[in-house]
Amino acid sequence: MGFPHPSHAGETVVLSKYFGDAGARTHAGWVERGGYEGLRKALGMAPEAIIEDMKASGLRGRGGAGFPTGLKWSFMPKGDGKPHYLVCNADESEPGTFKDREIMRWTPHALIEGCAIGAYAIGAERCYIYIRGEFTEPWTIMSEAVREAYAAGTLGDNAMGSGKTIHITLHRGAGAYICGEETALMNSIEGRRGNPRIKPPFPAAAGLFGMPTTINNVETLAAVPHILVRGAEWYKSLSRGNPKSTGTKLISVCGHVQRPGNYEVTLGTPMKDLLYDMCGGMRPGRTLKAVIPGGSSVPIMTAEEAESALLDYEGLIEKGSMLGSAGMIVMDDSADMVYQIMRLARFYAHESCAQCTQCREGTAWTTRILERILSGKGKESDFDLLLDLADNMTGTTICVLSDSCAAPVVSGIRKFRGEFEAYIRRERAPVLALA
Amino acid sequence: MSAAQSAVHAVDAQPYEPVFTGDTLAELEQRFAEYPTRQALLLPALWMVQERRGWISEPAISEVATVLGLTPAYVKGVVTFYTMYHTHPVGRHFIQVCTTSPCGLCGAEDTVKALLEHTGCGEAGTTSPDGRFTVVEVECLGACGFATPVMVGDDFIESVTPDKVPDLLARYP
Ligand SMILES: Cc1cc2nc3c(=O)[nH]c(=O)nc-3n(C[C@H](O)[C@H](O)[C@H](O)COP(=O)(O)O)c2cc1C
Ligand code: SF4
Ligand code: FES
Repeated sequence: MGFPHPSHAGETVVLSKYFGDAGARTHAGWVERGGYEGLRKALGMAPEAIIEDMKASGLRGRGGAGFPTGLKWSFMPKGDGKPHYLVCNADESEPGTFKDREIMRWTPHALIEGCAIGAYAIGAERCYIYIRGEFTEPWTIMSEAVREAYAAGTLGDNAMGSGKTIHITLHRGAGAYICGEETALMNSIEGRRGNPRIKPPFPAAAGLFGMPTTINNVETLAAVPHILVRGAEWYKSLSRGNPKSTGTKLISVCGHVQRPGNYEVTLGTPMKDLLYDMCGGMRPGRTLKAVIPGGSSVPIMTAEEAESALLDYEGLIEKGSMLGSAGMIVMDDSADMVYQIMRLARFYAHESCAQCTQCREGTAWTTRILERILSGKGKESDFDLLLDLADNMTGTTICVLSDSCAAPVVSGIRKFRGEFEAYIRRERAPVLALA
Repeated sequence: MSAAQSAVHAVDAQPYEPVFTGDTLAELEQRFAEYPTRQALLLPALWMVQERRGWISEPAISEVATVLGLTPAYVKGVVTFYTMYHTHPVGRHFIQVCTTSPCGLCGAEDTVKALLEHTGCGEAGTTSPDGRFTVVEVECLGACGFATPVMVGDDFIESVTPDKVPDLLARYP
């Protein structure tokens, strides 16, 4: 539901059904609401059969890249005799995204159940849930839920009496956006600096502690029990646009809408319905200017593009952007696009792990040039300079943080060039004073 | 030597009392069972230090290194990578306020101004003269629909607007 608002008729409420219902937080409360039926069923199935169900459901990763979950699980080696690990990515730090936080705050057992099923399916006896350091309340709630799950025998050396071993360990981050990148996250758990690793090897071959590892986002894993209980066909039938985009997706909406919050929609729902019906549209007297639909790392869309887009993986690519983590940043006509893009570039410059020259230098220079433009000292040649930098930052680095910084710059210049020109041609008063 | 430097010096000069003894050591050792390496306990051990001491000093870095079988230089390299570990003493209440774009669109800068004014910090990144508050601007706190989120110590407070700042601060003497 559109938490913290009541559910809207346009939503399809699956993951968010119990948001706001504190009774769902306890083990007993979760079982009363039908919880742990998915895990019980899974433990009676062959791991391969679970993976087949995931493939058939069409579930794709909700952390950003949209990789098919069943396929990812099937990459794990079989009979290799090594310990396997499942890692749950609860680092949620992508600007605009705040959905995993609500899943953990309200339905901690949904995540534990999904993790337990995932671990069993990939042959892992331990799952680590990496929670960003700032999420103190989700941490407390998750800790209590894990404790309860052990006490109830749901987790442990004989999970739900199945004879199977499933352990869950919570691991706290300490402030670093880059630790959301899967290999940086693994380094962080290992007690290292959070630098992304060069791939290959991919995690399924050599991931956490050098062992075969699968990493999934919180929302991806929270969807798994529902698929087991209600069936892959049911999940697959939840699709309003492209058949390759199935299920429901929590869309975090923030910025200039009347009712920001988390809305759960069937993939393929028109973005217009979300923006104007569910979120109540713009503030009085304001009109939509731009939307960054997938967390800050994806290209910016104009109002026209946004109003005609379908909210699914293919629908947003068609409009030149991406679904990403579905953290939707909405800007009305009062937004200064140059300033907002500078602020995003500054975010990436701050968060670059500085391993790659193109990223370390590129994010810093991009920020500096944008600050210069905003201080009234921009030049016409800055456009070429920014686009040239962006070009050098795309597809050339160990991880895609660098590309993420370039995306809003390139799309911003292409779609809102006039706003940059207004500063450069001194038609607009500077808003920054540079030392 | 400035007053600030001598204050830091005075802290350094105190004899260091180890963190990992008794129950705290037992708590750490219990967690070794959950990981295949001791090194994996590095972030948890650093959190344990910070929870008990408020910040992570050089002697604490050496202690953590010894307990986990690492070198102090290595531990320092890790500590400095993560923004939430304090390598200097901070105010009694550490305040983090988000200023990333989504919150910026919804007035985060005004909330920052109010926090700086009412805490007496004056400037972001500093501690108030009475040592009560430190205010820092941080990047996205993962609660963008509840602009502006503010953390005071471990408390996470949503939707902080400038008018709510005085009452909020009053809860932290
Ligand atoms: C810079 C960067 C930051 C990322 N941050 C997150 C994050 O906070 N949470 C997340 O789930 N995935 C994040 N990802 C994506 C992960 O690397 C990974 O693809 C994802 O956790 C896989 O899970 P999924 O297949 O279930 O989506 C990030 C990627 C990059 C490059
Ligand atoms: S692209 Fe940037 S963040 Fe990613 S590994 Fe390279 S320097 Fe680090
Ligand atoms: S941008 Fe402020 S919490 Fe995300």
